[in-house]
Amino acid sequence: MGTISLKNISKSFGSTQVLNNLNVDINDGEFLTLVGPSGCGKSTLLRIIAGLEQQTSGDVLIDNKNVNRVRASERDLAMVFQSYALYPHLTVRRNLETPLRLRDYNAFERLPLIGNFSPSKKEKTESINQLVNKTSETLKISELLDRKPGQLSGGQRQRVALGRAMVREPVAFLMDEPLSNLDAALRVHMRSELSELHNSLKTTFVYVTHDQAEALTMSSRMAVMIDGNLLQLDTPEEVYDNPSSLSVAQFVGSPKINIFKGTSDSGGTVGFLNVNLKRKSSESNTDLHIGIRPEHLEITNESNENTFSGTVAYRENLGSDIFFHVNIEDGSNKIIVRGLPQFTHQISNGSSVNIKRVSDKALLFNQAGMRVQFTNA
Amino acid sequence: MEAKQYIGEGWKHAILIIGAIVVMLPFYMMVSMSLKSQQEIQSISGGLIGAQETQTFPVCVKTGYSEETCTMKPYQYNYWFAFEKAPIPRYLMNGVIVTLSIFIIQVLVALPCAYALAKLRFYGREFVFSMVLFCLLIPVHGIALPLYVMLAQAGLVDTYSALILPWTISVFGIFLMRQFFMTVPDELIDAARMDGMGEYAIVWKVMLPTAIPALLAFAIFSVVAHWNDYFWPRMVITGNRDLFTPPLGIREFRGGIDSDEFGPMMASIVTVTVPLIVAFIIAQKRFIEGITLTGMK
Repeated sequence: MGTISLKNISKSFGSTQVLNNLNVDINDGEFLTLVGPSGCGKSTLLRIIAGLEQQTSGDVLIDNKNVNRVRASERDLAMVFQSYALYPHLTVRRNLETPLRLRDYNAFERLPLIGNFSPSKKEKTESINQLVNKTSETLKISELLDRKPGQLSGGQRQRVALGRAMVREPVAFLMDEPLSNLDAALRVHMRSELSELHNSLKTTFVYVTHDQAEALTMSSRMAVMIDGNLLQLDTPEEVYDNPSSLSVAQFVGSPKINIFKGTSDSGGTVGFLNVNLKRKSSESNTDLHIGIRPEHLEITNESNENTFSGTVAYRENLGSDIFFHVNIEDGSNKIIVRGLPQFTHQISNGSSVNIKRVSDKALLFNQAGMRVQFTNA
Repeated sequence: MEAKQYIGEGWKHAILIIGAIVVMLPFYMMVSMSLKSQQEIQSISGGLIGAQETQTFPVCVKTGYSEETCTMKPYQYNYWFAFEKAPIPRYLMNGVIVTLSIFIIQVLVALPCAYALAKLRFYGREFVFSMVLFCLLIPVHGIALPLYVMLAQAGLVDTYSALILPWTISVFGIFLMRQFFMTVPDELIDAARMDGMGEYAIVWKVMLPTAIPALLAFAIFSVVAHWNDYFWPRMVITGNRDLFTPPLGIREFRGGIDSDEFGPMMASIVTVTVPLIVAFIIAQKRFIEGITLTGMK
């Protein structure tokens, strides 16, 4: 079992409030990502779960047991750190053995030399060896066991750090930006490996990242945190398609969502630039932000009441897609439009283009940044 | 490289060579004098090792040995007589006992202190650290007398404890290790905590191995200072020759019937200095290994 509940967690360092009354329930076997920009408190929250940091108020429950007063070493959680934090003076094998030795050997057996006289030690050593071998085979690091961390590459260290967390078969894994020290290609590769690992271990993963792409690709649910507040906790699809606020919409998705300034009239009709939306806003007679993701805008040859025009300022070719950074004609907005290469390869910097939106994809936010729903009618 | 650069490098080397000669010269004199006869020493003749003529040494005869025993080559005589006259192995052993005890206890005290000051958050930490810095400013000689009185009151004068106890808490050691521990990443300590280590286990199993280079540097300071210390042993060892440390032992060769016989005196000094030089050379090698060992980001 590995359920973790956070109830009304607040944390402040001196007078700075870092976490603001957070409530999160993490289910058994779930891959939950805490995602947010740097300094949003996600790492602090993870450290509070781990017991490395004490919350100012609130409760942490692991398997429905309150662990507020339980030390990090006794919570039976394993953590993977950004810098891997392997013991530099020990071989990979000893690094993997360390958590097991501390768990299985008693104080006497851990003593150097005389500890070997304990009758039960041999048996325990045997089982530790088996676990280490099993884990290193799973992670394909068997041939590295006799090296020191200093002799390993970044990716290999990453695996060893994972291995050290795995051997103990903990209640849950906590990961603090474990991929951010890897190069881009390896990072993408490790994402899929981590997902596979999660599927085969079926243990709870709590994963902290500032990279929304990692959150979207790996998690079963993601918790978006900004400035110490939990803004949305939902599946990646839901968070992407249905963000609860402007901040979430802007944080999740790359390139960033386009935001237009618009208004709703007394009937709830929303207008921005020269375009009116078909659906009606539930808040009438107010200023609104209209968010449209780059893939919901198209470059078109048409010119009518549903299109607007602009000049291409910058063309970002990613191979599979081309993103056009377009200055809208009235000068108020700079937006990003996705184009498929086969239709748009001839458009270059400086060309003027017409842009059409895909219907039913716009998101509305009010002045306070909260989501505004369309009326059903 | 051009000729100009050679000249520039040449100058640097010339200056360094002069410096090296200035530093090495006393050692040369010491070794040379420990090999030569008294006449050669006093007439400043004979080069490095002298003529090494077999002769009978008057001081030896005066001490009560037969003329036959006292007839040998100067280098043999100097070293033989040094060991005959004073229990040098005993002094060396005392030196080892005292310096090692001091160093081990200093480490036992300094490492947990330094860890707490560098990595634990507790009320008053800055104050404690400022007290450590403050104590660095107190010269030993300033508190020697009160220390002596305290030891005398406790009845510890003329014991190993008197030689060891006052030095067991090294504020310099605490400061040095604290500075080093500040550079150890917090994540390493957190990882050890997650693995189930207690704070003391972290100090001895994680911090100590990563701190080996700093610890060796500290060992060199500590061992050299206390091996060579003359001032403090002279104060607290008042009569018992069995407790003499090497510097006190060398003093035995001054005064008395054979006053200022330099050969055996220098021989004893060589014997006392060599262990330190050997230890330093070994430590230096490990020192460099230690630096490469810490492959930490």
